[in-house]
Formats: sequence, C-alpha cells, structure tokens
Amino acid sequence: MGAKVITITSGKGGVGKTTTTANLSIALARLGKRVVAIDADIGLRNLDIVMGLENRIVYDLVDVVEGRCRLPQAMIRHKQFPNLYLIAAAQTRDKTAVSPSDMVALTRKLRPEHDFILIDSPAGIERGFRNAVAPADEVLIVTNPEVSAVRDADRIIGLLEAFNRGPGQLIINRIKPEMVRRGEMLSAKDVTDILSIRIIGIVPEDETVIPSSNSGVPVTMSENSRAGQAFMNIARRLTGENVPFMQLDATGNLFQRIARLFGGNNSET
Amino acid sequence: MSGFFDRLRGRDRGSKNKAKERLQFILVHDRISLPPEQLAQMKREILEVISKYVSIDEEHVDIALQPRDRTSNKLIAEIPFKRRAHPEEVDEAAQGEILDVIDEDEEETVRVDPSRINEIEKQMDVDEGKQDEQPAQDPTKPSKTTD
Ligand SMILES: Nc1ncnc2c1ncn2[C@@H]1O[C@H](COP(=O)(O)OP(=O)(O)O)[C@@H](O)[C@H]1O
Ligand SMILES: [Mg+2]
Repeated sequence: MGAKVITITSGKGGVGKTTTTANLSIALARLGKRVVAIDADIGLRNLDIVMGLENRIVYDLVDVVEGRCRLPQAMIRHKQFPNLYLIAAAQTRDKTAVSPSDMVALTRKLRPEHDFILIDSPAGIERGFRNAVAPADEVLIVTNPEVSAVRDADRIIGLLEAFNRGPGQLIINRIKPEMVRRGEMLSAKDVTDILSIRIIGIVPEDETVIPSSNSGVPVTMSENSRAGQAFMNIARRLTGENVPFMQLDATGNLFQRIARLFGGNNSET
Repeated sequence: MSGFFDRLRGRDRGSKNKAKERLQFILVHDRISLPPEQLAQMKREILEVISKYVSIDEEHVDIALQPRDRTSNKLIAEIPFKRRAHPEEVDEAAQGEILDVIDEDEEETVRVDPSRINEIEKQMDVDEGKQDEQPAQDPTKPSKTTD
C-alpha cells in the first residue's frame, strides 16, 4: 500500500489549508519522509506559490489526468528537499476536468514510491472537495477559533462521515493565546468539545507566516517560528510520534499555560 | 475603578461564551438540516394536531432539540394538557387505558394510548356535558377547548 494519503480540508476558505499543506509537506520531508503534495484547488492554484515552486511548473494535475504528460513530468521536485514533490493544480481549466476516481487512480500510482501524499483541498463542499477526499486515508480539518469557521468544520465532519472518510482530525489554526486567556476567543478545548473530534494540532497566529508565503519559504523551514514549530509537531504526530501540545503562552508555569490553552485535557475527546 | 476590570472581564468572557452559545444553537440545526424557522413551524403543527384531541396548556409547552453529539440529537417535548376532569373521572372514563396520570398543582400530564383517544374523548365529552358548571377559567386567556 505504501504512502498514506492525507487530505487537508476545511469547508470555509482562508482558514489556512494551503499554509498547512505546504508546511506539513516540508516538515515531513525534513523528517526524511518521501512526500508528494498535490494541489487539488483547480482554477485557484496557489500551493506552488506558498512553496516557492511557481516558476518551475510545466505540467499540472489536469495534464496528468488527461494524458498530456507522464506522471513524473508533472512532479516538481523541491530543490532543498529532493524527497519532496509538488503536483500543481491547473490554473485555467474547468473544475470538472478531474473526478474522484481520477484522484484515486493517481494516488494509487504514487503510493508505492512515497511515504506521504498530502492533498490541498479547495474550499466548499463541491466537486473539488470530493476529489480531494476520495483517495484519503486520513483527513485533517483546518479551522479557526471563530463561529463561522467552526460551523463549516462541523459540516465537513458530517460529510466525511457520510463519505466514509471520517472522523478526521482537527487543526485549530490562528489561535491567539492572549485572547483565549482574556476569554475573547474560543479555546482549543471549546472547539474540540463542540465538534467532538480528535485534535492533532494547535497553530498560533504568527506574524512570520505571511512574509514567509510572500517569499515562498514556508515557516517550517526556519527554526524560530512558533507556527513552524506547531506544524513540525503535527508532522511528527502524523508519523506516529507522541508529541505533547506546545506551550503558546509566556506567563504562568508550563502546566498552567497548557491547561489554559487547552482546558487541561489531552487530545482525546 | 475596581469595576472597570470586572466589566472588562465580564464583557470578554461574554464574547467567547457568546460564540459558544451561538455555535451550539447553529450546529444543532445544521446537524439535522432543520433551520430554526422550520422547527418553529413543526412545533406549531405538532401542537395543532394534539389540540384536535386534547386541550393543551400552551403556556407550559416545551418542545426543544436536545443536542448530544453529531449522531444522536433528539426532540424532547413536554406538552402538558389542561385540566379537564378529576383524575378519578379520567380513570373511569378511560377504563384503565390511561397509562400515566401525574397530578400537578394546576394541570395533569396525561399519556394516553393514541388508538384510544377518540373513545376517551367521546366519553369525556359525555362526562363534561353532564356537569352543570364549567371549571373555572382564567378570563385573560381565551378558553381552549377541543372543538
Ligand atoms: N497561523 C497563521 N498565522 C498568520 N497568518 C496565517 C496563519 N495561517 C494562515 N495564515 C494566512 O491566512 C491566509 C489564508 O491562508 P491559506 O493557507 O491560503 O488558507 P486556505 O488555503 O484555507 O484558503 C494567508 O494569507 C496565510 O498567510
Ligand atoms: Mg488554499
């Protein structure tokens, strides 16, 4: 069977799916895993930009599916991490060019030679979302600690169950520990309680994220980014390592900091 | 001065709690694909049907979705009836078909085998007709009877 296929989805747009896919791909590559990242957001391709590979794309996902190129020709190899490849989304084509069974067939070809295949899902619950989750062994649902994002995450969790891809694991992105502490923002525990789903990562709001996307160097590539550390922790958990949730606050003792952020519970819900 | 921080804290808590409350409400409806407006309509219809057979103490009706988790939500309904007769009379009328009579201060919650409702209803009408005086009714409320 080979690689594990992990789809990153959310329902709502702009919550951090592409950021997460780029960073987890690099983090897993840094851990020595053989990784393929696939951008399934056809028509709105941007995983290549966040990963800094936009200038090297000749063929894309739709070219592969429609037989205009061989699969290896559409796999862009990362310069720093030779064990990491990207398959870009088509920028101009119609979304229906790819079907869920195309995605299953594609990942079947990639599985033997790799350890992880990460799929960046488009927002919404339409065809693109179905394409992205069809081949998934594991689904990561990205959300923000906000009412609308959590609502969409809940919808996605319900759909994953219906598609037999559930229950999935949650990534809470853009959490601001200071606001959580003041009671101005939902905590990670609030969100996991409401969604009753397992959590695999908490990623803080981090000012280094946007500049790093600007320059095409995801935060996991540098050592001193908290968001980067959080993504690295998630990658480790994906490889089966038991990594404690990181402390996101500068005050109080370690236990209090974690307890405050996460309500004192572990990741089991 | 001390009130400032209290107020600030109170407001801040409110914002997160507000988010939680709103989410819980939204998700119950999302999970069963029944928007609040339709639930309200459904409640009205349920009460309408029941009112055809028994008069309902509308002020104390409580029909609500009970959120558990994604897969086990349920509708919990408490629909108290208006006092129609003394428990002994009801008992007699139903000839043992009344399964449960809970005597409260003002009203009774009576659960009846639905297949026997017509029969009981008829019997109760007869009983009522025999009475000279109507039971005291609140003049501020329109009297609710089974038409
Ligand atoms: N943890 C974070 N801290 C700060 N900014 C973030 C974080 N995660 C994502 N962003 C920013 O949010 C925006 C949307 O992220 P993106 O990954 O493109 O979302 P999606 O793919 O879900 O639409 C981007 O500008 C991204 O840089
Ligand atoms: Mg995206």
